Amino acid sequence: MSVSKRIVTAMSGGVDSSVAAALLLEQGFDVVGVSLQLQACHESVEGRSCCGTDAIAQARAAAGHLGIHHYVLDCRQIFEKTVLLRSWEEYSRGRTPNPCVICNERIKFGLLLDYAGSLGSGKLATGHYARIGVRKNGDAFLMRGADARKDQSYFLFSICPDRLSAVIFPVGGLTKDTVRSMARRMGLPNADRQESQDACFAAKGTAYPEGLRRRFNEAVKPGPFLDEQGRSLGMHSGIHRFTVGQRRGLGIALGSPAWVQSIDPRSASVFLTTRKDGLIARGLIATDVRWHAFSPRFKRFRCTVQVRYNQAPVFATVEPDGSATTVRVRFDDPLRAVTPGQAVVFFSGDRVLGGGWIDRSEQ
Amino acid sequence: MKRIYLDNNATTRLHPEVLEEMLPYLREHYGNPSSIHWFGQEARRGMDRARERVADFIGASADEIVFTSGGTEADNEALLGIADSAGKPGSRIVTTAVEHQAVLNSCRYLEKKGFVVTYLPVDSRGRIDPGVLADSIDDDVILVSVMLANNEVGTIQPVREAAAIARSKGILFHTDAVQAAGRIPLDVRELGVDLLSLSAHKFHGPKGCGALFVRSGVAGPVLIHGGHHERRRRAGTENVAAIVGFGQACRLAGMRLGEANSVIGSLRDRLEEGIVERVAGVKVNRCVEHRLPNTSNMSFEGVDGQLLAMNLDLMGIAVSTGSACQSDTREPSYVLSAMGCSTGQATGCLRFSLSADNTAEEIESVVAALPELVEGLRG
Repeated sequence: MSVSKRIVTAMSGGVDSSVAAALLLEQGFDVVGVSLQLQACHESVEGRSCCGTDAIAQARAAAGHLGIHHYVLDCRQIFEKTVLLRSWEEYSRGRTPNPCVICNERIKFGLLLDYAGSLGSGKLATGHYARIGVRKNGDAFLMRGADARKDQSYFLFSICPDRLSAVIFPVGGLTKDTVRSMARRMGLPNADRQESQDACFAAKGTAYPEGLRRRFNEAVKPGPFLDEQGRSLGMHSGIHRFTVGQRRGLGIALGSPAWVQSIDPRSASVFLTTRKDGLIARGLIATDVRWHAFSPRFKRFRCTVQVRYNQAPVFATVEPDGSATTVRVRFDDPLRAVTPGQAVVFFSGDRVLGGGWIDRSEQ
Repeated sequence: MKRIYLDNNATTRLHPEVLEEMLPYLREHYGNPSSIHWFGQEARRGMDRARERVADFIGASADEIVFTSGGTEADNEALLGIADSAGKPGSRIVTTAVEHQAVLNSCRYLEKKGFVVTYLPVDSRGRIDPGVLADSIDDDVILVSVMLANNEVGTIQPVREAAAIARSKGILFHTDAVQAAGRIPLDVRELGVDLLSLSAHKFHGPKGCGALFVRSGVAGPVLIHGGHHERRRRAGTENVAAIVGFGQACRLAGMRLGEANSVIGSLRDRLEEGIVERVAGVKVNRCVEHRLPNTSNMSFEGVDGQLLAMNLDLMGIAVSTGSACQSDTREPSYVLSAMGCSTGQATGCLRFSLSADNTAEEIESVVAALPELVEGLRG
């Protein structure tokens, strides 16, 4: 056996995870690269897809450059069941899923972390832009990445807190620019490769949920477009095609810009608004909340929140309902297009306090 | 890290003498063997010598050898070519459930074209019953294809008996000898086969080169259409250097067969013995009497074979979980399933395949490494 400590590194084929592996190698660890095969090769959207064979080939090339072992873990079945099927279930209920959060929780920091253990490594490293802090009692906690523009902590809130101590984010303290220049300096073959993040779901918009519907051979739920007064504006071809805040591709012409305001899965109704402020919400109800820092069962508290990935955090008051897994959130300033199915994540500065799934917005 | 290679059924190291033989044909003798000039004739001579060597190796005559791009093409040529020349929709082909995918998927393709394929079952040792073969033959059968030795478990099929049954009923007989060649003696006359597939890289020859033996008198199957190469049986400018290397690999294998394989066989036995002794819950998937001397397939109860193979790789020991040609799936081995293994046994297996390159010291280090690893994975 090797004397140096082994760390399994998830390698997507992108520059971030390749540099992560390289940095650990420089620190003297015995790095083993693992790439996840999530979809059958013929299903990958295009060469750039992070699930495609091209991405795996990129990871293999980077591993070869570093001289480390590299394996491909076939996750197609679990990806289908936990990520794709659950995503479809959300769309079919008129909600907009966040597959990346689910994939991180169940596959990368679930299955792959277990797998790392089986390869003789207690630790899993990834190329995420996030950091792990350590409390005085030794417990690990999740923090934003140092590069505010690239921070990915929003996608990581649902990692089981007990597992964080086994996780390493080698590039979390760096900026993307630094990572890229390091990759060039190291001569990594993928140094100038484009972003791979979210590319598993490259076909976003209406095409992606429609693809899922066909995959699972589910029935279409057509129904009416309704205005804010409940008057019918016409018919749509299935609620799964719509997301709150959507403006393009509605398939109906009203003569003025219109946005999806809400979706009622029971009547299959899609409510449209033509008012710019028709999407404004002053709060939300979140369920299945996972706490990282503490469990504020009854205590209301102040923090900053994000209701989507690329949103500047806003101040809010969080009111637990006593169960700690359901909370009401009131924003200091209203937010647009709070979307059921997406995640809401609570922060204190750079520290992730917890997060949950948006059940509905509130006025 | 000193690495130990025990995956010789996937492929083997190119023998240095094979490489030596090939190099002139990659450098100076670059002519097209079909050309009339000196350059072409040099290449042609090399290929002719290789053809003699391949033929000698299997007891055939040179004009019965058709060079192909490898074992898979040879299998395809045999099955698709014979189906094309001797069959019609509704014609039957009889093969076994444990063939290499090159045969199985050629059969599946023919099923789509209207042919009917019978897949003979095997017993727990991986052998077919010649009696069942005899019973399954009727007037519609145009071809019987039974592999000589299995790539995953090494079981040697009763090909001589099977071929005799086919011949007595006037039916063509093909055997996929890709895994057997270089591991056990081969003689097409003694076996009584009409068609036989070979691949160079399984016994220290180059990749991308193989041959189909077509008994003289058998209307040659054609898969690749084009020029007049290989007596119109396989078009395309020949891979001369690889063919020359193939010839040399056959020559070397023929010379070393007896002696080398008794050494390999005892190393393999030592490996099995050592592992079974030290690790609980191991089942050796084998046919004691009829098995390749270099192959050992073992099921490790309660362990994922793929994880075990990766962990061994991290220690510098290269093995596989079964066929390299289907290592991209995590489906249980169809060979082991056909032999009646449980799903657990069929996914928790490792294939060790040796060559003359392996040493007793290497075998001992594998025997020493495995117990702790298996226990660790069993948690």
